[in-house]
Amino acid sequence: MKLGFYPGCSLEGASREYNESVQAVAEKLGIELVSIPDWNCCGATAAHNLDKELSLSLPARNLALAEEAGLTELVVPCAACYSRFTVTQHELLHDNAMHKKVNEIIGKEYKGTLRILNVIQFIEEYIIDKLEDNMKFEINKKVACYYGCLLVRPNKILNFDRTEDPQTMDVVMKKLGADSIDWAFKTECCGAGFSVSFTEAVGRLSGKIIEDASHRGAEALVVACPMCHSNLDMRRPAMDKYNGKKIDTPVIYITQAIGLALGIDRKKLGLNRHFVPVKLDNFKPYVKKEVVVENTQIMEEI
Amino acid sequence: MSNPHHTEDNSLAGKVQKHTGVKVSRCYQCGKCSAGCPVSSDMDFPPSLLIRKLQTGFPKHEEEVLRSKSIWFCLTCEMCIARCPMEVDIPPMIDYLRGESMRLNKANPAAKNIIRFHKAFLNSIQKTGRLYEMGLIVDYKSRSLNMVQDVVLAPSMFAKGKLKILPELIKDRKNIKQIFQKTLKNKHK
Amino acid sequence: MARIGVFICHCGENISATVDCPKVSEVAAKFPGVAYSVDYKYMCSDPGQSLVVNAIKEHKLTGIVVSACSPRMHEPTFRRACAEAGLNPYLCEMANIREHCSWVHEKGDRTDQKAIDVVRMMVEKVKRNNALMSIKVPVTKTALVIGGGVAGIQAALDIANAGHKVVMVEREPSIGGHMSQLSETFPTLDCSQCILTPRMVEVAQNPNITLYTYAEVESVEGFVGNFNVKIRKKAKSIDETLCNGCGMCTTKCPQKKIPNEFELGMGNRPAIYVPFPQAVPNVPVIDRLNCTYYKNGKCKICEKFCQPKAIRFDQEDEIIEVAVGAISICTGFDVKKTDFFPEYGYGKHKDIIDGLQFERMASASGPTLGAIRRPSDGAEPKKIVFVACAGSRDPAKGIEYCSKICCMYTAKHAILYKHKVHDGTAYIFYMDIRAAGKNYDEFTRRAIEEDNAQYIRGRVSSIYERDGKLIVIGTDTLMNHETVEIEADMVVLATAGVANQGAEELAQKLHVSYDQHRFFSEAHPKLKPVETNTAGIYLAGACQSPKDIPESVAAASGVAGKISCLFSSSELTREPLIAFVDRIAAPDYSSCTGCFLCQPVCPYNAIEKEDIKDRAGNLIKSLAYINPGLCQGCGTCVAICKSKSIDIDGYTNQQMYSEVDALLNS
Repeated sequence: MKLGFYPGCSLEGASREYNESVQAVAEKLGIELVSIPDWNCCGATAAHNLDKELSLSLPARNLALAEEAGLTELVVPCAACYSRFTVTQHELLHDNAMHKKVNEIIGKEYKGTLRILNVIQFIEEYIIDKLEDNMKFEINKKVACYYGCLLVRPNKILNFDRTEDPQTMDVVMKKLGADSIDWAFKTECCGAGFSVSFTEAVGRLSGKIIEDASHRGAEALVVACPMCHSNLDMRRPAMDKYNGKKIDTPVIYITQAIGLALGIDRKKLGLNRHFVPVKLDNFKPYVKKEVVVENTQIMEEI
Repeated sequence: MSNPHHTEDNSLAGKVQKHTGVKVSRCYQCGKCSAGCPVSSDMDFPPSLLIRKLQTGFPKHEEEVLRSKSIWFCLTCEMCIARCPMEVDIPPMIDYLRGESMRLNKANPAAKNIIRFHKAFLNSIQKTGRLYEMGLIVDYKSRSLNMVQDVVLAPSMFAKGKLKILPELIKDRKNIKQIFQKTLKNKHK
Repeated sequence: MARIGVFICHCGENISATVDCPKVSEVAAKFPGVAYSVDYKYMCSDPGQSLVVNAIKEHKLTGIVVSACSPRMHEPTFRRACAEAGLNPYLCEMANIREHCSWVHEKGDRTDQKAIDVVRMMVEKVKRNNALMSIKVPVTKTALVIGGGVAGIQAALDIANAGHKVVMVEREPSIGGHMSQLSETFPTLDCSQCILTPRMVEVAQNPNITLYTYAEVESVEGFVGNFNVKIRKKAKSIDETLCNGCGMCTTKCPQKKIPNEFELGMGNRPAIYVPFPQAVPNVPVIDRLNCTYYKNGKCKICEKFCQPKAIRFDQEDEIIEVAVGAISICTGFDVKKTDFFPEYGYGKHKDIIDGLQFERMASASGPTLGAIRRPSDGAEPKKIVFVACAGSRDPAKGIEYCSKICCMYTAKHAILYKHKVHDGTAYIFYMDIRAAGKNYDEFTRRAIEEDNAQYIRGRVSSIYERDGKLIVIGTDTLMNHETVEIEADMVVLATAGVANQGAEELAQKLHVSYDQHRFFSEAHPKLKPVETNTAGIYLAGACQSPKDIPESVAAASGVAGKISCLFSSSELTREPLIAFVDRIAAPDYSSCTGCFLCQPVCPYNAIEKEDIKDRAGNLIKSLAYINPGLCQGCGTCVAICKSKSIDIDGYTNQQMYSEVDALLNS
């Protein structure tokens, strides 16, 4: 099975463990990910903060290249890139004049035929059904699924999960045997946009998130966004300063969690690259559950 | 949608509506955006107050908006629009106000670092086609003359294999250069 | 030779600002058959009407066209003017150049041309109008009241006390509606049940009122003065004539843990139950979905203990047919539940309740006997947050309108809370305090000044639970739009008032219109506030839009007045705009071939069979006959008639074609 793939800059650099875990899981389950040839940066926050046309053109070039390469579905694990891509697709398909202009700027023709998948959609469509036959361990830990901003907002364009208290990651983690907790900061912003330029704000925003999760007994935060991850992982001193205490709850990617359940080597999943050490271990061996056929009569009465 | 009975609205609010479709008159000042905004406490005017200033249309208030910290502190987390009962789409409005603020040379001094970071970021992409993190940090920190802060992180990032010494170059860098020429460069220089 | 008069109205500036009225009048004067044409500022005014009357007399007009507003507005006015001038009222036509022209177009030549065309069409039509006589139909002097809340109770009592019969249908096992759930009422703080219960009893005892509870309207046929209604009386599994209301069955029922609807899930009830102690009638019903006997085939404990032997497990739903002359819809409203609000936790936090639940909690007969207690652990909340406009004025996720009653009941809740928890603090997040009404604003001032309610102007962005507290994050827009965070023990959402369940289906059964929010629509927002567009069907209370008690009661008395008026004479006059089958001389008698295809398509069952017989009584031919009392002039039979034997008075094919011709040949 072949799927288009856009790693994005973070996954090639500061968040390479995310890429490593996506690749390791895909490889284990026989899914081939084909990168867009000669892809470029999506422009991230900087482009749309400073220039709208630039912010649409940079993603559009990638989408056009993907179409040229004959790809129909594109997996974009980075939530920020996914958001830029989806917003670009939406804007260009709803604004003819802008669509023409952007095609002229990039010197290529973007048609709008691609289906863009974020990492959760990728898991839901291509991975979740294969888990049962391939799982070696249950992630028998209390985890807090953290969605951040970019996966769920703006809901009208992304149309993914519900606006508040989303559940899709929780469903995946429960499938892996984890106890995913109900908590308050699932979709609050971690402040990653200011990670470098305004670190004090990050200490506060991310600090609240990590504190609430650990207060409710989470043994790990599970994320699907490299911005959130590097922020929550690398900026821990600023958070500890805000909270006035040291919190060592690790932050893992959902693909790393899947990798652990599949029994993939921790190093191969990039778990050694985290700043906050990921100590999670002693997983319960997974035993495939027998399928119990429900008594249909009882079901009807219910 | 413009009302045929009205003449063109030259206020800042009118321009916001013309360029982004966001109609500030829809806001009834409930403040739900400000309550949910993660950085409203860092802002000089929380989002709903920023909108109020656009609603009055007084030159004094419009000036305050363009010179505000608020427009630069917005993280575009989209929480405001997710919860706004009147669907006043604040993030694109703020994107537009940032552009106007820069164009008119009114950007708030407190936003210097943020603007520098964005510029350094785009600079990196323009040269290589992709983000070169090491280059970005060096570039940004030299622009902001704030060398101490992140130099602490760099060695450990490097040790964990998270920083590459050399940039990755894409092949068709001409194409990227052309995109920048036709957009950002075209307007701001 | 026709002599038509044309009267062009300016409607102040409503028409004349857009349409060049003098020009239209000038052009119309030259239409063939037009003997007189004039324009005037307000044709519906007294001088305007005199102008019409005098012109008819002076110019010996044979028909008139009033070119003004919609016929729904002023057709009756000008028909009366015709009658006054001695002209048959049905020789008057309205050319609508306001709603169809000036209000929807820009000023200009094309708009003027459209106005001229509309007038031309009506001139051609009116030339072919026939003089018609009004139809008289009998009136059944019984009213149907649907819904037994405070509006229904008031309407039923007023109509009954005027000497007419009333049939009341209530869906629940008891009448009383939402008012019976309330604790105290604003702005006087008198006890809701104390003032309502006597009225409920009056309904039960009034000899003019027949009460069907646990019943719903199944179907409605007919028209004003003569409706036929089928009522489904759901099986209570009780013989109501035998039950003495002793309550033994309800105490002995082994099922005790069914969430009580009347207490909004905050208390339990058995499977055989009376919804609340003051219920009218005081007769229990068996909830068959939860009853052990209906589920497992064994139990019947209630039957064992029932002394008068009133339990009937094999009772079936009963269909009751009644003939009524008028119908009042008093079906009330509902409130959004707390699970509607994503940012307030989708209803997952037990200590976030809605306003109606707070009413039950504050009620002396409620699940906590009037004490304010957290549903999660029964503790007394020391900090309570009220959130106004929860779902109201929220086009994004809720409803765009203002629910109207919440500002007042929230002020009341804050007062009641302070009366019960002296050391507690009540915070109220609000956007505006809408307290227009007699003694209403004074009441909210009392909450603020005397009972120390802390009003904070701003909406609440989110609420989450942490360590047993509810963290409420809002803003204070009067304080520089600062974020306000309150660690509350309990939160009450003043959730939006919405149309009641089943409103849409009922509207369709009754052929009355409803708005986009499923509230029933009044015939005119100002001048016909209690009428629907269907003659003989009226509205009272919150089924029309959220209303408080005084407003609901006033509307109900208004309906009673309207219905009493309708019942004041034994005959009704109806417009004669109905279908008829042509008649021609013998030996054909009619072009009708007697196929009777028209019969099944008539929605009003108005088509009958008429036999033409010779003097010896032998059948010559069977023809369709349209009962003028039943026909509503919808025209379906005209469309289906193959031999073109049916036509409608006032809208004949010839009239319609002449209108089209006038347009095409302009």
